Amino acid sequence: MALRARHLLGIEPLAPDEITALLDLAERHAGRNRGGEKHTALLAGLTQINMFFEPSTRTQASFELAGKRLGADVMNMSVAQSSVKKGETLIDTALTLNAMHPDLLVVRHPASGAVDLLAEKVACAVLNAGDGRHEHPTQALLDALTIRRAKGRLHRLTVAICGDIAHSRVARSNLILLNRMENRVRLVGPPTLMPAGVGELGCEVTDDMREGLAGADVVMMLRLQKERMDGGFIPSEREYYHRYGLDAEKLLHAKPDAIVMHPGPMNRGVEIDGTLADDIRHSVIQQQVEMGVAVRMAAMEMLTASLRAARAG
Amino acid sequence: MMLGFADARLIDPEAGTDRRGTLLVAGGRIAAVDGPLPGEATVIDCAGKCLAPGLVDVGVQVGEPGARHKESFRSAGLAAAAGGVTTLVTRPDTDPPIDSPEVLEFVTRRARAETPVNIRPMAALTKGRAGREMTEMGFLLDAGAVAFTDADRVVSDTRVLTRAMSYARGLGALILGHPQEPGLSRGACATSGKFASLKGLPGVAPMAERIGFDRDMGLVEMTGARWHADQITCARTLPALERAKANGLDVTAGVSIHHLTLNEFDVGDYRTFFKVTPPLRAEADRVAVVEAVAAGLIDIICSMHTPQDEESKRLPFEEAAPGAVGLETLLPAALRLYHAGALSLPQLFRAMALNPARRFGLPAGRLSPGAPADLVLFDPATPSVLDRFTLRSKSKNTPFDGARLQGRVLATWVAGVPVHGETAVAAAGG
Repeated sequence: MALRARHLLGIEPLAPDEITALLDLAERHAGRNRGGEKHTALLAGLTQINMFFEPSTRTQASFELAGKRLGADVMNMSVAQSSVKKGETLIDTALTLNAMHPDLLVVRHPASGAVDLLAEKVACAVLNAGDGRHEHPTQALLDALTIRRAKGRLHRLTVAICGDIAHSRVARSNLILLNRMENRVRLVGPPTLMPAGVGELGCEVTDDMREGLAGADVVMMLRLQKERMDGGFIPSEREYYHRYGLDAEKLLHAKPDAIVMHPGPMNRGVEIDGTLADDIRHSVIQQQVEMGVAVRMAAMEMLTASLRAARAG
Repeated sequence: MMLGFADARLIDPEAGTDRRGTLLVAGGRIAAVDGPLPGEATVIDCAGKCLAPGLVDVGVQVGEPGARHKESFRSAGLAAAAGGVTTLVTRPDTDPPIDSPEVLEFVTRRARAETPVNIRPMAALTKGRAGREMTEMGFLLDAGAVAFTDADRVVSDTRVLTRAMSYARGLGALILGHPQEPGLSRGACATSGKFASLKGLPGVAPMAERIGFDRDMGLVEMTGARWHADQITCARTLPALERAKANGLDVTAGVSIHHLTLNEFDVGDYRTFFKVTPPLRAEADRVAVVEAVAAGLIDIICSMHTPQDEESKRLPFEEAAPGAVGLETLLPAALRLYHAGALSLPQLFRAMALNPARRFGLPAGRLSPGAPADLVLFDPATPSVLDRFTLRSKSKNTPFDGARLQGRVLATWVAGVPVHGETAVAAAGG
């Protein structure tokens, strides 16, 4: 099965069957990734460019590895340090890259909607690796796969997403995906970090961790985006940890077999207790990283399948 | 030379009527309504089409000085004439801003040389629109300024604003304010709510407009200044506006055509032509504001014509420049409200011609003998699909690109002189 759209710009355009197909394919890649022979030739001869307008180590490494395991020629461009500083616009950068005939463009940008804009101007498939506060689709997909593996299903689960919702693209993509797969989503965080009108998006909203975690199957912590904060959203880190940081005591309100997730990188002692993050009875944070590579392989395989079909047709 | 209009559907906002009749123009002014057309007059057979006072558009930005590549007086004038706009009340947010009599004289001279329509400039309220010192309001009034405003920059220092308002009151000058709490709206490019949250765009609460408005009303009450709100776009501000008027403050309010005909969802997938200041609002706000225009609470409809070149708009939504061109689409877009049954034609022309002319001290906007013969002939029924590249403005940043519009301007006259369109000219009998 191929994706209906040419690009993967967000979870919003995906139908439930597309999400399931992506996760099924990723599951197979995850199995192969654990084996000895990791390399395939599914993307052999294709060029993948990772263009990161915002610094990132983990996501960029994950995409690079995913592309290499599929046999693509992978190039990394850290645009944050190069032509943007010289005043080149996003569209010019896109056109320049387009002239090099890539097949896959993986883009991260600090402005919401920037990846949509870029996708309009290029002939290849575009994969959104995070745009501003808007979407981060592969993160939501890898979270979904991790949940499905841990819980055996991806529906009728109670998921609490906690922390800095306002500045988080991870929260938005996860909210959309989990709603679409018919789960019960709760957003938990201080009112200053809760976007306006989010209650109308089909979720419960609370500023009380205990209430939000009550009976949860999944507790998803978000990074407190210090670099995004204009200042003054919370009184201090220690008060934030006291009220919203996940520790063993707060986790008691969730189901006994609840899993704990974090998209990384973690601020230990700010949004999550260090010991809890390493507690393999609850924490699936390392599995998330593992599933990240598999999900990105699946997304790239399906996008290039559509691309090849379009070119052949 | 005399000019007669036969078989016209006369839209008279002053009398509030919409009826068949004739109109006679002599010496650039309206000479008679409904009288017989004399033999020596050149007669235009209107064939039942609408004849109304030309629009008076408050808050038009022209790129002179500083951004002539976006809009010159010439292109703005052509666009206005094509849109049935016969008077432009221009904004001072140019580069440099219109904050001295010298710059104002430059603008007036350029306008006179280049445009077929009337230009009435506003001047800045503070020097450099910096919000620190008031401009030479007396000299600027003498040089032709019709009002004072820092456009979308809010004067946040209340002491500076109070003094400027007091001084303006002494001169009898009108101040145009932008009701907005700048602390709340800083960095925002959408109205906060479900849409902005889903799209990940920084939003501003509608309450920011109310707070800004309430502050300004306090200062108006204190100083007795004559004051006009450039745009009231939120339902929450309307009770405060009603109160201010009931309390006898010399206050009026406007709204842009975009806030009357579009809502926040029109932004869709980050379409930057829909990025305006203030941002488009929720549908409930749009409906409330349309009702406020119908009730006469909001006095003036304007285009907030803000030309932006392609480069300023081909950017991620947050980084793109705000504003939309509107001179040519003001009337067709406003006719959406007429076709939807929200406003009658006399009500529309009251808000787009009579009220702005009165508020800014201009003789236009009426169909009465003695008024200047600034006229627009239009067919409210003709449908069209807008192609932005057919616009006469140098900038093509219209949110109505590809939109179905109903209503077309057939011809425009300024002081009895045709400035746009071709009309069937028939000799009167005898």
